Amino acid sequence: MSDNKTNAPSAEWPLWEVFVRSKAGLDHKHCGSLHAADPKMAIQLARDVYTRRQEGVSVWVVPSSQIVASDPGEKAMLFDPMEDKVYRHPSFYQLPESVNHM
Amino acid sequence: MYTQAMSVGPQDTSAKIKSAEEARAEAAFEARIAAGEFIEAKDWMPDHYRKTLVRQISQHAHSEIVGMLPEGNWITRAPTLKRKAILLAKVQDEGGHGLYLYSAAETLGTSRDQMLDALHTGRAKYSSIFNYPTLSWADIGVIGWLVDGAAIMNQVPLCRCSYAPYARAMIRVCREESFHQRQGYEALLVMMQKGTPEQRAMVQEAVNRWWWPSLMMFGPADKDSPNSEQSMRWGIKRISNDDLRQKFVDATIPQGELLGVTVPDADLRWNEARGHYDFGAIDWPEFWRVVGGDGPCNRERLATRVKAWEEGAWVREAALAHAKKQASKQASQAQTA
Repeated sequence: MSDNKTNAPSAEWPLWEVFVRSKAGLDHKHCGSLHAADPKMAIQLARDVYTRRQEGVSVWVVPSSQIVASDPGEKAMLFDPMEDKVYRHPSFYQLPESVNHM
Repeated sequence: MYTQAMSVGPQDTSAKIKSAEEARAEAAFEARIAAGEFIEAKDWMPDHYRKTLVRQISQHAHSEIVGMLPEGNWITRAPTLKRKAILLAKVQDEGGHGLYLYSAAETLGTSRDQMLDALHTGRAKYSSIFNYPTLSWADIGVIGWLVDGAAIMNQVPLCRCSYAPYARAMIRVCREESFHQRQGYEALLVMMQKGTPEQRAMVQEAVNRWWWPSLMMFGPADKDSPNSEQSMRWGIKRISNDDLRQKFVDATIPQGELLGVTVPDADLRWNEARGHYDFGAIDWPEFWRVVGGDGPCNRERLATRVKAWEEGAWVREAALAHAKKQASKQASQAQTA
């Protein structure tokens, strides 16, 4: 994900984040960013830059300025509480061998 | 292609007095690096770490873009349609590599225009290898084999760089780079095995010209790279210049033997005790001359870049004006609807 805190002059084409679906049935995955004047050009350039070797069957482009991200400073507050909740995982539960495929 | 480890970047100013909070943040950062963690764009990082990365990644990006020029020279003169298609694909890849890298550098808070301005005004460096001319078709094969081979040697360890956006860009680059080296070697193999005596001589002549500049791609000797140690500690650099250079020589000499070419080094010999090839002294004055701007093609390369940038200005402006017009048209249509 790109940081938008640049002091780019206004003549620079806007920044877009590119998401590629590598094959039918899979999620779109973030793969990079690029500059383009408008959505159509962003799709065209994403195709040229990120799928030259059949890496994708579909692309999304999103203006980078539209992405809302969690604050790295709040990482501990947001994600650490899950650390001690092992009972959320199936492996937490010990079952007899005969039903352990459950 | 790749960045040249030149250690001519900003000096570390971390010795200056820090606030207690800064010192704490820096200690936490060092601990993360020591634990092998990756640093992301929005994480706190020391100013010098950021500056070192901006310099290295932008220099690397510039190398990709300028690297398109020596090869582009042969697109219209490739001997067959097959070789032309391959060369076009390779040059397009280099443009793509430049884009991945510029994007990675932009995450550090520098803009694309600022980086290009630094290149165009001569403040930023790019790899010295691209200041040598491509005089024959064999040069295209030799660039793939030696120059891209050296680039791979340098770039594979960068896939584990502590700065994650750079590491991710390098993974993408390395996946594509192998094609570059293999197509070059194969083009040379065809000429050496099925070609005429003139073609074989052309290959040998190209190897003679590119061998030493390729070894120079790994940058100054370790003893002359005072900033390397800091970069190693920060996980920006993983293997020293001299170690990478040795690795490259060891890997390349057997490939040359199979090809049937020699390298222009009378001192080259296998050292059984070391388990490595010994090789002759690099012409460092030449290296610094080329880095300093006085190589065979420095002025021509920069002038070509500046010309392309300036002559493309109206296209960039027109595309933006078109986008604005379309957006306002859509907005007014939405209002009337």
